[in-house]
Amino acid sequence: MIGTVWFCLVAIMIAGYVVLDGFDLGAGIIHLFVARTEQERQQVLRSIGPVWDGNEVWLLAAGGTLYFAFPALYAAAFSGFYLALMMVLWLLILRGISIELRGHIESPIWKPFWDLVFGGSSALLALLYGAALGNVVRGVPLDGNGFFFLPLWTNLQPGRDAGIVDWYTLLVGGASFVALAIHGCCWVVLKTSGDLQRRARQFGDRIWWAVVAFTAAITFFSFRLQPNLNTEFEVRPWGYVFPVLVVAGLVGMYVFSVRRRDLGTFLSSCLYLVGMLTSATFGLFPYVLPSNLEPEAGLTVSNAAAAPYGLYIGLAWWIPGMLLAAVYSVFVYQHFAGKVSD
Amino acid sequence: MDSALAVHRLHFAFTITFHYLFPQLTMGLALLIVILKTVALRTGDEHYNQAARFWVKIFAINFAMGVVTGIPMEFQFGTSWARFSKAAGGVIGQTLAMEGVYSFFLESTFLGLFVFGEKRLGPRLHWLSAVLVCLGAWLSGFFIIATDAWMQHPTAYKIGPNDQVLLTSFWELILNPWVFWQYLHNMIGAVVTASVVMASIGAYYLLVAKCVEHGRIFVRTGVITGTLATIAMLFPTGDGQGKMVAQNQPVTLAAMEGLFDTSEGAPLVLIGQPDTDKLALDNPIVIPKMLSFLTYRRWKAEVKGLKDFPRDQWPDNIPLLYFSYHIMLGIGTLLILIMLVCVWSLWRAHLFNNRALLWALMLALPFPYIATTAGWMTAELGRQPWLIYGLMRTSEGVSSRVSAGNGLFTLIGFMGLYLILGILFLFLVHREIEHGPDIEAIPAAGGVQ
Ligand code: HDD
Ligand code: HEM
Ligand code: HEM
Repeated sequence: MIGTVWFCLVAIMIAGYVVLDGFDLGAGIIHLFVARTEQERQQVLRSIGPVWDGNEVWLLAAGGTLYFAFPALYAAAFSGFYLALMMVLWLLILRGISIELRGHIESPIWKPFWDLVFGGSSALLALLYGAALGNVVRGVPLDGNGFFFLPLWTNLQPGRDAGIVDWYTLLVGGASFVALAIHGCCWVVLKTSGDLQRRARQFGDRIWWAVVAFTAAITFFSFRLQPNLNTEFEVRPWGYVFPVLVVAGLVGMYVFSVRRRDLGTFLSSCLYLVGMLTSATFGLFPYVLPSNLEPEAGLTVSNAAAAPYGLYIGLAWWIPGMLLAAVYSVFVYQHFAGKVSD
Repeated sequence: MDSALAVHRLHFAFTITFHYLFPQLTMGLALLIVILKTVALRTGDEHYNQAARFWVKIFAINFAMGVVTGIPMEFQFGTSWARFSKAAGGVIGQTLAMEGVYSFFLESTFLGLFVFGEKRLGPRLHWLSAVLVCLGAWLSGFFIIATDAWMQHPTAYKIGPNDQVLLTSFWELILNPWVFWQYLHNMIGAVVTASVVMASIGAYYLLVAKCVEHGRIFVRTGVITGTLATIAMLFPTGDGQGKMVAQNQPVTLAAMEGLFDTSEGAPLVLIGQPDTDKLALDNPIVIPKMLSFLTYRRWKAEVKGLKDFPRDQWPDNIPLLYFSYHIMLGIGTLLILIMLVCVWSLWRAHLFNNRALLWALMLALPFPYIATTAGWMTAELGRQPWLIYGLMRTSEGVSSRVSAGNGLFTLIGFMGLYLILGILFLFLVHREIEHGPDIEAIPAAGGVQ
């Protein structure tokens, strides 16, 4: 029971991470395309400058909370996806320093170099995050001790001997790439003005169609590959609210964008991301990491959770701590509200 | 190097040692910046504000390095030490998650305001944001030290089914007796680092006759805080740490001291090379009976030597452990001497003209970094062969499914990346130092450019 509570809390934190860091990742993906001049690039960077580090803290806080609430899951997933996670780390490092160091030197080679690093690392991170989600939905070859190890790729088939990258996880990676790209467009449109804003809006309108197509494709293949999704939605039909969020988000993005209601577009994009993540987590429940060999080997909310004493104690510090964190976030976003000047 | 365990140990040791080069300055400098800003607020002396602004720039570069190298640390508990994490995550996950929820949010939020918001916030709120950043950094240190302290001296646990380590009391975990001295010693060590760095750069400015006014502020502040902090490293905190080790890890103490034979009135070794084949210390220079006195406050007390402990309890790299410990001690003593002479000269108002002492201060820059690294190596090598002292061996905690080849691949990747980071860091800090403190009023507000 307390395990399920923490399952929801961790899911909320991960969703928080994706929505928040998602827009600065997205801004990174699109800035090479939509920001043409030095001044426009600075505008993009200034729109995320004061908040990106705080957004990334959500990853750490979510990771720490996952570690404490589901140690067996953390241990299995992190050692099993070893290579991919190390690459995620390298990309996070490159991305972090590209944002922080770019502004230190005025030079015609220094800034373009870091722009490229920033764009490239953001794009690859979006792909890798999606691929990771794809792996969790597809399942991994857990052994009798609850561990596994996946090579980066094998034969690119999502079968029993799949690697981290197969055509299915690559597809999810693509979906995450376009979803974060459009999320980034919505943010840049919201925070900037002039030519930059116009180009970002155009870019977003164009990839909206790709988002719809990818969403349809991964929904179709996910249900075919992961039978637990079918059962779960059949047993608990109220879970359809989550896919409804996805659809509402997609429609909202379109409608608000046409009407030039930029805040609405951005919030719809948030809604879409939350909907996708919650649909996937709901559909996997009670598994937190299913097995693609035999279903019984999978890690579930109950067999991966820490002992109840620690979990109950955890609520006592988690709730006030996250309330405080929410207050700080609201404070910073208010402090830096409005459009960045050019 | 072909065993997976060896590779994972080296991987962790390399990345954590590199990470800690940055937070020690962050934590110490955060405090010194608060001091500079307080003086500025109290006296209205604009030089102190300019000095603080200069250090904020160094702080920001250093902080960014700390953040990007810190994230891998959290991941590695799962990637490299999966069996340890699975067994003990329910306990140490508490402190690690609290670090994320309580300190990283605080720090990252107010850092943005602190670095970019001086104009908008005004002097008092800006001072407050400096205090909050400092608080976040010091809390961060607390939670991580509490985690390490539990591994050094596990408390508040019982063993459940499947060898799970279960938490039995939250407060006993947080108030572990090991935490107290370790936290104080480590945090004051961070203040030593920041003081020496500040004084060293000040001394450089005075020696090359550049930004003299600010150079004096740096030297004065660094020498005063540095004197207090270096003395506190020896007593009471270093002494307190030593007693914790003597009581709870006696075999570690014997290895740190290079003591092979149990003896009453054990000597304190100043120099000597432990020989683990002959089980003796070569070329020793010692102070008779001092070790017994320091550990038990009695000249005749018996201190147990390594030979009286079973071999499988011995730390697995005794020479390195012994040298690390003695390097920390040696540098600690040297820093106390330098600081005492400097503070005396400062008091007699000679220091700013005494080139010999300024040279000594300038060249002291790397010493605290070496001492903290050596100190951590003492703590971590001394804990071996245990991952959780007395409870889980390091070999039992390593990830079972990640091969040596994969570990080595990513270790080499980290080495390359960190080499570049290190070069960039030095390059940028060097530029800031050459540029020196700005003397115009408040720098333009706004985000990262
Ligand atoms: C500026 C850095 C610095 C300086 C000058 C010293 N230390 Fe230290 N020491 C540390 C930085 C440090 C550290 C990095 O902070 C350690 C590593 C683990 C820890 O908690 O603190 C540490 C650990 C540490 C330990 C624990 C080892 C273990 O846990 O096995 C002892 C017994 C001492 N120190 C004793 C001393 C003494 C007697 C010093 C006398 C001068 C001294 N240290 C100077
Ligand atoms: C910043 C200071 C630190 C330094 C320089 C440091 C250094 C080291 C070194 C050199 C090792 C390798 C020891 C060996 O394998 O022989 C090691 C291992 C390890 N340390 Fe630390 N450490 C630090 C802080 C911490 C903290 C705060 C924690 C816990 C939260 C921690 C947890 C570990 C773990 C899990 C290992 C691997 C297992 C082992 O080899 O014992 N370390 N560290
Ligand atoms: C295995 C041990 C460690 C882990 C898992 C770890 C984790 C992290 C992480 C994830 C960050 C980035 C936080 C952010 O995004 O703001 C960070 C930064 C930081 N860490 Fe570590 N860390 C470890 C060791 C240490 C030690 C030993 C200390 C000091 C006692 C320390 C003090 C700090 C501080 C003060 C920061 C703030 C950023 C900075 O100072 O540059 N950490 N650490």
